[in-house]
Amino acid sequence: MADERVVGIDLGTTNSLVAFMQGEKPVVIPGEDGVNLVPSVVALGPARDGARPAMVVGNGARTTLLGAPERAIYSVKRLMGRGVEDVAEELKFFPFRLVEEIQPGEVLRIRLGDAEFTPPEISAHILRQLKRNAERYFGAPVTQAVITVPAYFNDAQRQATKDAGRMAGLEVLRLVNEPTAAALAYGLDRQKEGIIAVYDFGGGTFDISILKLHEGIFEVIATNGDTHLGGDDIDNLLIAIALDDIAGDQGVDLRQQPEAIQAIRQAVIEAKIALSSQSLAHIDIQLPQGGRYSRELSREQFEQLIQPIVARTLAPCRDALRDAGLTPDQIGEVVLVGGSTRIPLVQRLVSDVFELPRRGKQPRTELNPDEVVALGAAVQANILGGGSKATEDMLLLDVTPLSLGIEALGGVVAKIIQRNSTIPASASESFTTGVDGQTNVAIHVLQGEREMAKDCRSLARFDLKGIPPMSAGLPRIEVKFLIDANGILNVSALEQRSGKQAEISVKPAYGLTDEQVESMILDSFDHAEEDIHLRQLVEARNEADTILNALEKAPSSPAWQLLEPDERTEINALSAELSVLKQGDDLQALRAGTEALDKATHRFAELMMDAAVSSAIKGQTMQSAGDNLGQGPTAPHPIAQAEFIERK
Amino acid sequence: MQITESVSAPAKCWSCGEEVADGQPFCGSCGKVQPPQPANYFAMFGLPPKLNLDVPALEKQFYRYSRKLHPDVHARASQQEQEWSLAQASLLNDAYRTLKSPLDRTKYLLRLEGVQFEEDRGPNPSKVPADLLEEVFELNMQLEELRQNQKMGEDDPQLRRDLEGAKDQFATQLSALDEQVRSRWSAWDEAWQENDEAGKTVAKEAMTALLQRRSYLQNLVRDVDQTLGGS
Repeated sequence: MADERVVGIDLGTTNSLVAFMQGEKPVVIPGEDGVNLVPSVVALGPARDGARPAMVVGNGARTTLLGAPERAIYSVKRLMGRGVEDVAEELKFFPFRLVEEIQPGEVLRIRLGDAEFTPPEISAHILRQLKRNAERYFGAPVTQAVITVPAYFNDAQRQATKDAGRMAGLEVLRLVNEPTAAALAYGLDRQKEGIIAVYDFGGGTFDISILKLHEGIFEVIATNGDTHLGGDDIDNLLIAIALDDIAGDQGVDLRQQPEAIQAIRQAVIEAKIALSSQSLAHIDIQLPQGGRYSRELSREQFEQLIQPIVARTLAPCRDALRDAGLTPDQIGEVVLVGGSTRIPLVQRLVSDVFELPRRGKQPRTELNPDEVVALGAAVQANILGGGSKATEDMLLLDVTPLSLGIEALGGVVAKIIQRNSTIPASASESFTTGVDGQTNVAIHVLQGEREMAKDCRSLARFDLKGIPPMSAGLPRIEVKFLIDANGILNVSALEQRSGKQAEISVKPAYGLTDEQVESMILDSFDHAEEDIHLRQLVEARNEADTILNALEKAPSSPAWQLLEPDERTEINALSAELSVLKQGDDLQALRAGTEALDKATHRFAELMMDAAVSSAIKGQTMQSAGDNLGQGPTAPHPIAQAEFIERK
Repeated sequence: MQITESVSAPAKCWSCGEEVADGQPFCGSCGKVQPPQPANYFAMFGLPPKLNLDVPALEKQFYRYSRKLHPDVHARASQQEQEWSLAQASLLNDAYRTLKSPLDRTKYLLRLEGVQFEEDRGPNPSKVPADLLEEVFELNMQLEELRQNQKMGEDDPQLRRDLEGAKDQFATQLSALDEQVRSRWSAWDEAWQENDEAGKTVAKEAMTALLQRRSYLQNLVRDVDQTLGGS
């Protein structure tokens, strides 16, 4: 088996990145446009005759978002693993166009243009773009990845992320919690010992994790967070204010006009970013229906406005400290992750909650907060891919963020795995029947901290079937719950008296079945074609490289001087052209370019050959002439050397 | 129960054929993960079933074992080994979590000794410890009153303060109980060492009684918390 590279992917609410371990260092792989961040925006491309429209991801999709918002979607991460009753709040602020007739418990479906997609399908398109970027970079297929998720993601949200990976043609070796990944990137120099807190305030989610670092082991002690709190909330607040202003000043209600809202959104995001480095920002929007909205926003005003949002991150910080059994002054370092931590107010409030100023400390920000999670994912990918010198001895021990429980009599939850338990973690519970001859037992599994089942997140309802008919209370069904290293629940059951492996049917709440995921795998045919295309492209690039490398030293060769000036100009022009073609994806053009250059250099190759032969005659050994042929100015044709050896 | 008697004959490593010590999750000679056995948390760490335990040493061993058992380490091993690693790593984590907590460790050992706890069922009026009867009766009256108030949308700050006070008092009793349980550890450990069955029974029964009282109080505190928090 060839050693294929495992990549690390940060599938973010606002931006997504792919990274890998280059030698001892994790690096982010840029996209075709040379940019590291791929905006997590997906759009349905223009309709094509007969064919399904293509999906556009990233910056291209952002353009669609402004021009034709009904064909684009952003922040889809907020919908992953959620049901229609969970997202009422989101729908007030996000232009998600859900299909109307979705029932509680069903997987959401989103409308783009006249097509429908589930949230994992949208995410799969983002993942596939990242996969392509990595494949373009390596010139080789990529099929295995580590993907990060918010630490506070529940089972359904994790499963949805894993499903998205599968649809994109990626084997997800591990889901890693984002703050933990960030800690890995920070802890690469293994000198680090002690207790650190990672405060991860991103576009749509907030996590706080407290870790103990010891001899390369990264042990998470406690984690907390809010999977629906992020920079998006700040944007939405500013948009709401702008809409109110416009309604007040100009008497125009733009609430139902998606184009206008997107224009405002872009402007307030720019202002928000500006206010991290300036004390005053101007918001100036040309409204699509004519008219103009213009105002100034000072940093003081901005901070006053967003204070309540940022303050919502503090209670989870205190809860995590309490769960870890630590006081703020026991936290050695606080690492800031996520774009929203660039906001000065955020940095001040975090510093205060961990009492950093009093201890003469500052939060750690030296790694780019937008990239650090992807870099950490690359480190974990390297560990799982077999490791290297840089990652040997590194081991991540993460925890489950939420308690796992079973609904007992009266709708009370019996906790079987407590939150902050190191994963993998397991628990066994015995169940029995209540009626004579009963052959089924229903089990309701929940996740959350509340006492009543109705207040927790329903994960699944299991039916233990095929229990041998016995008197009530006699069967003993041992059910084993295991949370794996991805934080995902696995269940198995055994009827103890008959020793039979009980058949369990699992109905995931808000999840897709295996069959559904299978059917959503992104165009596998299209994909196979793409793989072949990619391989051909890689081969064609190698061929182009061979000829270009050989020509690099041509001007210093005596044979070069023997060419006509026209010939030299032609060769120079063709090789410049090929250098450009090599960067692109156009296989036909690349092959044509290589062929043209090959043809143009034919006489040059012959002259070189003559020179090599004559220098051999002049007393050089054939061997050294052959060596020179290999390294020095030489014929651009790989075949030339073979011909030469034949003559020998 | 004698832990050593309950474990079956030494197993052989599936990979190198060497003997694997009782309850050990990996082979001592080749390091390969072994198929999971019915777990005994003490045996897993090679420890005797004693209650006084060097927690920092346990942590060290937990880290050492994690490096051998964690699924990350076996990500490229055979499917079978990956499954064993997952099962063994979860056992290891469960064992470490249980043993490092004084309360959970004591309960675990007593359960191994055949003790059954009623702790998860909520306060059971028939089992109110005699000396707590009066207090519990009064507390339940107050809780009922508070619930009535909440239904009517009223608030009685004095009642809330009383309940907070009662809760604090129970919390103090809880930590006192923890201390008392801890003070019986050595009695158990010595009796186990000496193979003194009578001594073991005495220590066991004393700890069980203390823990049952503890879980009763714990449930009361939880009830008060819930009622206070629900307003």
